[in-house]
Amino acid sequence: MDRSLSDADSAVSVLPQRAEPAGDVVLEVRNLSTEFSLRTGVLKAVDDISFTLRRGETLCIVGESGSGKSVTARSILRIVQSPGRVTAGEILLHGVGGDAARTVDMAKLDSRGSEVRSIRGKEISMIFQEPMSSLSPVHKIGFQIDEALKLHTDLDKKDRRTRTIALLRRVEIPDPETTVDRYPFEYSGGMRQRAMIAMALACNPSVLIADEPTTALDVTTQAEILDLIKELQTDFGMAVIFITHDMGVVAEIADTVCVMRHGAMVESGPVGALFKNPQHPYSRMLIGSALRLERPAELRLSRPRIDEHKPPILRVENLEKDFAAHKGFFRRTQSVVRAVADVSLQLREGENLGIVGESGSGKTTLGRCLLRMIEPTAGSVFYRRPDGSEVDISCVGRAELRQIYREIRMIFQDPFGSLNPRMTIEQIVGEPLLMMGWKPKAVRERVVELMERVDLKATFLERYPHAFSGGQRQRISIARALAPSPRVIVADEATSALDVSLRAQVLDLLLSLQAQMNLSFLFISHDISVIRYFCDRVAVMYRGEIVEIGDALAVCDNPQHAYTKALLSAVPRPDPTQRRIHERHRYVASG
Amino acid sequence: MTVSDSADRLPPGRPGDGGVPVTAARGADYASQWQLMWWRFKRHRLAVISVLVVLGIYLVAIFAEFLAPLPPNQTSTRHTYAPPQAVGFLVPGENGGTRFQPHVTGYKVEIDPIAIRRTFVPDDTRIIPIGFFVTSDPYLLLGFIPLETKFIGPVNKGDPFYLLGADRLGRDMLSRIVHGARVSMSIGLVGVFVSLFVGVLLGGISGYYGGLVDDAIQRTIEFLKAIPTIPLWMGLAAAIPQNWSPLMVYFLITVLISLIGWTSLAREVRGRFLSMKTEDFVAAAKLDGAGEVRIILRHMAPSFLSHIIATLTLAIPTMILAETALSFLGIGLRPPVVSWGVLLQEAQNVRAVATAPWLLLPGLSVVVAVLSLNFLGDGMRDAADPYAD
Amino acid sequence: MLSNYVIRRLVFMIPTLLAISIVSFGIVQLPPGDFLDTYISTLEADGGDISGIEIENLKKRYRLDEPVVVQYWQWITGIVFAGDFGWSFQYQRPVSDVLWDRVGLTFAISLASLVFVYVVAFPIGVYSAVKKYSVGDYAFTFLGFLGLAIPNFLLALILMYGALTFFGQSVGGLFSPEFAEAPWSWARFWDLMAHIWIPVIIIGTASTAGLIRIMRANLADELNKPYVETARAKGVSEGRLLMRYPVRLALNPFVSQVGWELPSLVSGAAITSIVLNLPTTGPVLLIALKSQDMYLAGSFIMILSILTVIGTLVSDLLLAWLDPRIRYK
Repeated sequence: MDRSLSDADSAVSVLPQRAEPAGDVVLEVRNLSTEFSLRTGVLKAVDDISFTLRRGETLCIVGESGSGKSVTARSILRIVQSPGRVTAGEILLHGVGGDAARTVDMAKLDSRGSEVRSIRGKEISMIFQEPMSSLSPVHKIGFQIDEALKLHTDLDKKDRRTRTIALLRRVEIPDPETTVDRYPFEYSGGMRQRAMIAMALACNPSVLIADEPTTALDVTTQAEILDLIKELQTDFGMAVIFITHDMGVVAEIADTVCVMRHGAMVESGPVGALFKNPQHPYSRMLIGSALRLERPAELRLSRPRIDEHKPPILRVENLEKDFAAHKGFFRRTQSVVRAVADVSLQLREGENLGIVGESGSGKTTLGRCLLRMIEPTAGSVFYRRPDGSEVDISCVGRAELRQIYREIRMIFQDPFGSLNPRMTIEQIVGEPLLMMGWKPKAVRERVVELMERVDLKATFLERYPHAFSGGQRQRISIARALAPSPRVIVADEATSALDVSLRAQVLDLLLSLQAQMNLSFLFISHDISVIRYFCDRVAVMYRGEIVEIGDALAVCDNPQHAYTKALLSAVPRPDPTQRRIHERHRYVASG
Repeated sequence: MTVSDSADRLPPGRPGDGGVPVTAARGADYASQWQLMWWRFKRHRLAVISVLVVLGIYLVAIFAEFLAPLPPNQTSTRHTYAPPQAVGFLVPGENGGTRFQPHVTGYKVEIDPIAIRRTFVPDDTRIIPIGFFVTSDPYLLLGFIPLETKFIGPVNKGDPFYLLGADRLGRDMLSRIVHGARVSMSIGLVGVFVSLFVGVLLGGISGYYGGLVDDAIQRTIEFLKAIPTIPLWMGLAAAIPQNWSPLMVYFLITVLISLIGWTSLAREVRGRFLSMKTEDFVAAAKLDGAGEVRIILRHMAPSFLSHIIATLTLAIPTMILAETALSFLGIGLRPPVVSWGVLLQEAQNVRAVATAPWLLLPGLSVVVAVLSLNFLGDGMRDAADPYAD
Repeated sequence: MLSNYVIRRLVFMIPTLLAISIVSFGIVQLPPGDFLDTYISTLEADGGDISGIEIENLKKRYRLDEPVVVQYWQWITGIVFAGDFGWSFQYQRPVSDVLWDRVGLTFAISLASLVFVYVVAFPIGVYSAVKKYSVGDYAFTFLGFLGLAIPNFLLALILMYGALTFFGQSVGGLFSPEFAEAPWSWARFWDLMAHIWIPVIIIGTASTAGLIRIMRANLADELNKPYVETARAKGVSEGRLLMRYPVRLALNPFVSQVGWELPSLVSGAAITSIVLNLPTTGPVLLIALKSQDMYLAGSFIMILSILTVIGTLVSDLLLAWLDPRIRYK
């Protein structure tokens, strides 16, 4: 289990781009265990893990949800919340207070005492996943950074402010003299995370713990933050513990990797060796899943070519959606946000068309406009019925719309929010059939059949959604979408909430269903790898417009539009020999 | 379906504390929301006890005529402010021993020479045997079941029997409190149903349609909530003509009290409606072809029904308190109607209370009723969302 | 930004005030008949007699013969332009003579209760949230529920009864006899302070209980927020962290509650005053309502409501000052 890190030194040479000398050991974690005493028993969230961290090193702790990676990070700082506590092991921090000979065992300290507090924020800092909720909403950014300085330095008020502004400038916050007095809600997501980093670096810590700091951010923002952390790491000579679930990020930034599962460390080692030759089956599976999504799905490549001359099943023309913003004294409509601007596209029968874009690009609004869940402001959505006649969804009546809802179905992103917790699986999956006037007995038979199609047991029918995991729930959503034998499925980030190992499984399931049931997919996602794996063609959206549309592989490998180039080059690939984020294209929109 | 389908999802750093043991019990997989709520509710021990107390009080209210030893308005000038009698179980037997006979002692009246007023002293020579299911004057249970048996009372019909003392007119406090329960507890229930109707209707309209209608209803609610209720109620209650029948007054007071009660309910309904409108599962129901009525009744209502029931339960005690306050001031229910508030009118004069502290006992029943309803509602509110951690 | 918010709130208050004045006047018009009917029947019951002409004269003098709308118009314009609240039939004096002193005392009591409620509820609420499910938390929770369950007037009665039986003295009133009618002075003020705490406790109990629960629930929520973890990771000490971050955040709903507590405290003050016979609005309002002294009753209801609405406004502004997110919206 505890694969020794003794070959960490040789690991560095595996990486062609970087050849930093291995620094002194700053942190040693030995046999650390953290337990939560729950009503239902004791949960070992962290189970006997060990690792060593050197100056200038980046250690990635990688694992899926529930692996205990976040608890590990909190255990080091001793900020695990009750009822959790560190039950065994040592956390040795070397060189405390600039004194190379001084070593403190964090595990032995009182978690509320002054000793451990003098280390937090000064020797070891931490940044968190949600930059919005991790900053106090009612205190100014400047105040929150200043507090760290006040706690750990002797600087007076004026010097602290100067340093706070310098820190903000260092993390590339524009105009720091004024933005220092702003509140977090006046910052954008990326800026907030920058401010968090500035706060963490305020006292020149020797270790920075980053707990999924880029998970809540868009991929281009993620690249900027990763860049920044790397740069600052070099500047400040810190060691970084980076916690993530994303193998791409690991490959991009790690020197050493620890793979965690169910609280235990299943494998650790230098990044190059681990990716090249993973030892543990779980690591193999993780890396395998990530690599699998780097290529088009085999299932997709093996099927016959789509006939490009057949008329499209769905034809979107000049679709627009404006949202009015109410502001000012009498809350009049003052500004209009154009969420979808003049979008035209076609979905061919049997085709998978991807819509890719970052948050706010309008891709979700587009998906919802197609089905009139949001009324479009202008434009048409033509749907070709089985008999060949075309109908404009954007202006049909209610009865007609209901009929169309049987033929065009939707899969939602959130496997927890999209299933009514108060209905059984049978009721959920059977609802569309019931609405079509099916008899209960027929509904039941059909639901059993659907459950088998999505690889779930028919005995699950009487259960409620809370009995299922995220992956199972998403299968239930798929079964519901398939119930009325649809022809088109709009999938809105259908795999985004799933762990990487499940993602490929669900996509494969969709592809096999497509072959069986002759489906066409409109697949909305922010994740390029999912698009590459699943889609035949892709449309890239930016600020409500489609900037590029074409064959998925062609767009992914050879993007034409400057924004697509920037987007694609910002995606970290799960291959440590091809690090390139810092060489990425940057795109600044005009206007 | 093999790898890492992590059913043991944990939020970072803080495993779900106190949630339903979803993975612990297999039975939970098949449990409906009501089942889950009941499991949650059972953990709130005070709430469970309160259920029994509340049920008990409502049973008392229903069978008031049977349980009360005397009619509530039967006066007895000889027993003005008679103190509560002590209950004994053993009486001297014929041959010097004792025998078991539940009883109370009679009163001896003495004239206090200084204060020049009557005082009651227990008269040990007068043993009044008491028992369960004793015969009484004929009466109608619930107004239509003729009976001649009382649950408890003196064995010899007509003997003085004042377990909780008597008031200014020698009326039995116990009987009055028991009958008061019927009016006070039912006014809470009826008021809540009026509030429910208005609140759900207006709250639903407000949440569903939004826009101008929503604004108008919200401003009205804010307006009603900003006005101090007692002066408002006083003004409205004073407008009820003196010569109206007790039933009409009862009805009007209920409506008056509901006037404020519906606002919080409407807010609750609206809030739930708004937050649920954006839920994915509601959108999914629409795409499944469900019509508006079905979406509301089948898909949305089950989610907020429990919250509404909890809010309603918590509204009952405030209504009881409101009725008590108004009647106490003399502008709510009026004698001969017997409610706890009306009974407390007798205690308005502190000198009277000093002579006969048992006049405050209706207050105790108010406190017990309100306390247990509050505990009950609190437990229900905690259990109302079994899926939240 | 803030001033824009203030102006909007002020503008929105105008219709509210108008509605209050209409409702207040409407309520006192509800009972059949008017003050003269009550007056005449009392006169006749005492064996007196009154001629039709006299009645007509009285009606004219009090403008009771005019339509309700005209009466309202004259009343409200009188108030707005001349500070004239009409005539009290009962007291045979202008309403404003009776009004201000009593309204002042009512608000003194209500505000004192508000301060009492917050001063008591804050530390207990914080304690209960931090030591959730401890013995102390359970004890306070139970006491809180008890406080919610005891009606104000019953508490007043019990206190009066206790004071009378155990100390042989009465706790009613706001002033000692020698200060009851005296003009305002420091001595009278101190005398008021010596008496005011009893009604304040009586009025405040229920609200305190409610607020403890609000504080406890909100703070317990805030304690689990990520920003608390951030501050802890920064090395902030537990005590300082608690007060500066979660308590500061939990303060917002706590403060916004002022707007809802004030009306209930004013209500509580009205009913408690009647039991304790305090020289505030409560007893006078009750009598005025019963005898249909319409300008007096209407003015009382209106002024109490308006002051409450203003109190709510102040609390909203306070909240906007506390929470930048509201102010910049």
